[in-house]
Amino acid sequence: MRILLVEDDREAATYLIKALREAGHVVEHAADGDSGAHAAETAAFDVVVMDRMLPKRDGLGIVQEMRGRGDRTPVLVLSALGQVDDRVEGLRAGGDDYLAKPYAFSELLARVEALARRHAPAEVETTYRVADLVLDRLSHTVTRGGEEIVLQPREFRLLEFLMKNAGQVVTRTMLLENVWDYHFDPQTNVIDVHMSRLRSKVDKGQDRPLLNTVRGAGYMIREPAK
Amino acid sequence: MIARRTDAPERWSHRLARAWRTTAVRLSVIYFVVFTVFSLFLVVVVAHDAARVMTLQLHAAIDADVEALDEQYRAGGLMRLYDALEDRARRPDAGLFYLVDPSGNPVAGNVAELPPGAFDDTEDEPRPIGYVRYDANGPVRHVALVRSLVLENGFRVLVGRDLGERDRFRVVVRGAFRAMVVMLLVLGGATWLFLSRRVLKQIDQVSATSNRIVGGDLSGRLVVTGTGDEFDRLAVALNGMLDRIGVLMKGLKDVSDNVAHDLKTPLTRLRNRAEAALSGQPDPERWREALEATIEESDQLIRTFDALLMIARVEAGSSLAAAAPVDVAEVAREIAELYEPVAEDAGAALKVTIDDLPPEATTVSGNRELLGRALSNLLDNALKYGRPDDRPPEITVAVTGRRDRVVVSVADDGPGIPEADRARVLDRFVRLEASRNAPGSGLGLSLVAAIAQHHGAGLALLDAAPGLKIEIDFPRLAVGAPGAAHA
Repeated sequence: MRILLVEDDREAATYLIKALREAGHVVEHAADGDSGAHAAETAAFDVVVMDRMLPKRDGLGIVQEMRGRGDRTPVLVLSALGQVDDRVEGLRAGGDDYLAKPYAFSELLARVEALARRHAPAEVETTYRVADLVLDRLSHTVTRGGEEIVLQPREFRLLEFLMKNAGQVVTRTMLLENVWDYHFDPQTNVIDVHMSRLRSKVDKGQDRPLLNTVRGAGYMIREPAK
Repeated sequence: MIARRTDAPERWSHRLARAWRTTAVRLSVIYFVVFTVFSLFLVVVVAHDAARVMTLQLHAAIDADVEALDEQYRAGGLMRLYDALEDRARRPDAGLFYLVDPSGNPVAGNVAELPPGAFDDTEDEPRPIGYVRYDANGPVRHVALVRSLVLENGFRVLVGRDLGERDRFRVVVRGAFRAMVVMLLVLGGATWLFLSRRVLKQIDQVSATSNRIVGGDLSGRLVVTGTGDEFDRLAVALNGMLDRIGVLMKGLKDVSDNVAHDLKTPLTRLRNRAEAALSGQPDPERWREALEATIEESDQLIRTFDALLMIARVEAGSSLAAAAPVDVAEVAREIAELYEPVAEDAGAALKVTIDDLPPEATTVSGNRELLGRALSNLLDNALKYGRPDDRPPEITVAVTGRRDRVVVSVADDGPGIPEADRARVLDRFVRLEASRNAPGSGLGLSLVAAIAQHHGAGLALLDAAPGLKIEIDFPRLAVGAPGAAHA
């Protein structure tokens, strides 16, 4: 997909461009607020990665301007300010997600891909399907190979979020944000334990596990390669 | 020496100029003027009334004389009048007595010279005239109030009383007034000097102390004299401020010392590891390990930094997102649910006891994110450090209502914290010996303390016998209070 990266730090930008290209994306880079705003106005992108503090213009100002003219391109706001209120401010300005520096690249990539997907014009799905695992959002039931799996409400939401982003990496903080609606970084492996519980219900006794741990990044649910 | 000598008078005038600008001096000047005007008014009123009374007495005396002489005339004719008049005129304290025949020639009395028209009564009242009278030592000029009496045979009588007494009274009053003004000036000036000198002295003391503090000596304090006046109160307030600044400065110093120590250590470790990986034979496997360890260590450092920043932001308070109503029972339930699998994995029993209360009884004004984080830190600590040696750990999260407070507590049944260490563990980077080996930054409880303080909540470390119980009691959000509307 086409990604606009507005980032003034040369080293960070070089690294991000290289890594995003390696992940198979087309990246356009703007090094200051003016050229960033210009690029966002003149070309179409699937996702914009916007640094908050830029020379010449404020990143949040550009996002507000984009929203002002009806541009609904998803924006991931990057910032060295990572506190609760900064996040709220970033989202209020029209950002779709917020990532505090320093971040792991895997976290950024996972979020960028999730944003692009969220934005993709797809009809509202009432059932998610990965291989023989089916999640019905209306009846709140999960079946694997036709057999019902009984999940706790939180486990259901965890699986729902994973399946919504099937085939993509979902990080631990993304899970905490989307399933629990808390935005801090839990010190212990709380999410991992929830995941292993879910895995024991979904994958136990199956010869083809669907829930995968992506080392150093997070989790992904996908149909195993045959 | 020379500089000092020329400096002295200049400073004096400077001080006077400054004194003039001070409120105390202006007030004393205003008081002086007001008192002078008031005294003047009082003296004038009293003197005027006294003079009026005296004049009325003179009138009465003159009228009595006129009547008496008239009676004498009616009883014994002109001769009797003459005798009575002469008799009165010869008395030592006599007034004015004068008898003239119809053509105006003097017949009897003690008058040497009269102004023209002295007999022309225009009003019914006596009027003042100047005249010359024969006294024991010859003719003397007097001023008297006079009244005339015209007899049937055309003779005329003039009777008067000297105004000397009244004038003497005026002189006395004027003298007293002058003395009083002088006295007021002296007293006012003295007050002015006393006040201005006192004010200046105190202000100079404040300036001197402030300059000392600006110079770096934070231990300086203003003198509290114990009189309880406004200067004392100001000094107490300023000293309170200085105490607070001192505490903050000490906190800042402690933090920077800690940051220096606790961040430099892992940074050094990071650097040494990289150096060690580079030395020796090229070995991709070893490099990989070193890089992974580097990332892990950096992440821990970043977490420490984030926690430090978070504590600073929460303590500063002002820049945080606006408070909203938050149901702490709900937050406690959510965080307990988040930790339940970890606790189970660790072999711990996590119990949640939430009083059966309506949501409004457990709602506080605050930030859900921060409250969640505080509870998560407490549970984290309980899991890490609250393990008893001989049995499976048991952790209890409880929410209870206590009149207008909501108490959230997390208790473990581990070794607990010795009483002496309880206050200390809230400080940044403090890690007790017993837990040195467990992972952690020593910032968890500091953040909890900062978050509790930010929410106006009390934080207590109690003995759960056995174990540690940490209680945060929040003020309940009053119904109708600001923020309640969003609920």
